[in-house]
Amino acid sequence: MRFAVIQFGGSNCDRDVAYVLEEICGVDTDLVWFKEGLARKYDAVVLPGGFSYGDYLRAGAIAARTPVMADIRRLAAGGGLVLGICNGAQILAESGLVPGVFTVNAYPKFICRPLFLRVERTDTPFTSLYSPGEVIRIPIAHREGRYVTPPGVEKDPGFSSQVAFRFCDRFGNVTSGSNPNGSFQNITGILAPQKNILAMMPHPERASEDILGSSDGKRLFLSMIAHLSTSS
Amino acid sequence: MKFLVRITISLKEGVLDPEASLIRRALENLGFQTEELKTARQFIVRFDADDELQARERAKTMCERLLANPVIQKYEIEVLG
Repeated sequence: MRFAVIQFGGSNCDRDVAYVLEEICGVDTDLVWFKEGLARKYDAVVLPGGFSYGDYLRAGAIAARTPVMADIRRLAAGGGLVLGICNGAQILAESGLVPGVFTVNAYPKFICRPLFLRVERTDTPFTSLYSPGEVIRIPIAHREGRYVTPPGVEKDPGFSSQVAFRFCDRFGNVTSGSNPNGSFQNITGILAPQKNILAMMPHPERASEDILGSSDGKRLFLSMIAHLSTSS
Repeated sequence: MKFLVRITISLKEGVLDPEASLIRRALENLGFQTEELKTARQFIVRFDADDELQARERAKTMCERLLANPVIQKYEIEVLG
């Protein structure tokens, strides 16, 4: 099993993700410069956080239109896993691989702090090691993280099944007070219809060791590894 | 023929514009009362096209493929010359 972490110019969480995958989760991981594309077989790809292309135009917009995305689409079409974290989530939304867009926070400033998330589904390759409705603590760090859906999408019954994480209070209540950025329905983790692509604004790699205040994020990576172990 | 095209990208009606509200408040602090303030972004692009129709079509494709995100944004194309 092998993971790839894609590096764009301006990515800055690439090494943190690779460290957690290799050292904490024990899975072979390559850092892959985006221009090289996916030159070998990978089981999963992570698009890390950062500021690809300096967030010019819109966060993630330019990276979403680079040739490596065709490789990532192919990997996803073949059942591989794709995880986008923060800027990676913005890239996945901009590329249309998940519905909606992550745009400027309701109060337009950068927010960096640990927050509570409610795990909405555990029948996905990314969340199987959580319990349904579990409240986990993972930090966010973004200015463009307000999730906005295409108009009318909330009426689509399939849409709610694509929600992986919502901001909540410590007891798991999804309230406006626990919504840091004005995201639609507190959504901060959204899956593709096939559930093998996840875009999330919070940083699980920054919450994968107790010394960092939380290791709740580690189970997301371990869920991916468990899924790939059973499917291969 | 060379065409000069102005593309204006703005938020669709009803989409929250956090920067605009903040700027409006800052203007208010300077003594300017405003009823409405919206943000938009302009791109001035010069490129080759056979005629104005083709220039418009090309600018539209630029908007759809990169310049605008259709979930929240709309675009307006003006041929300046």
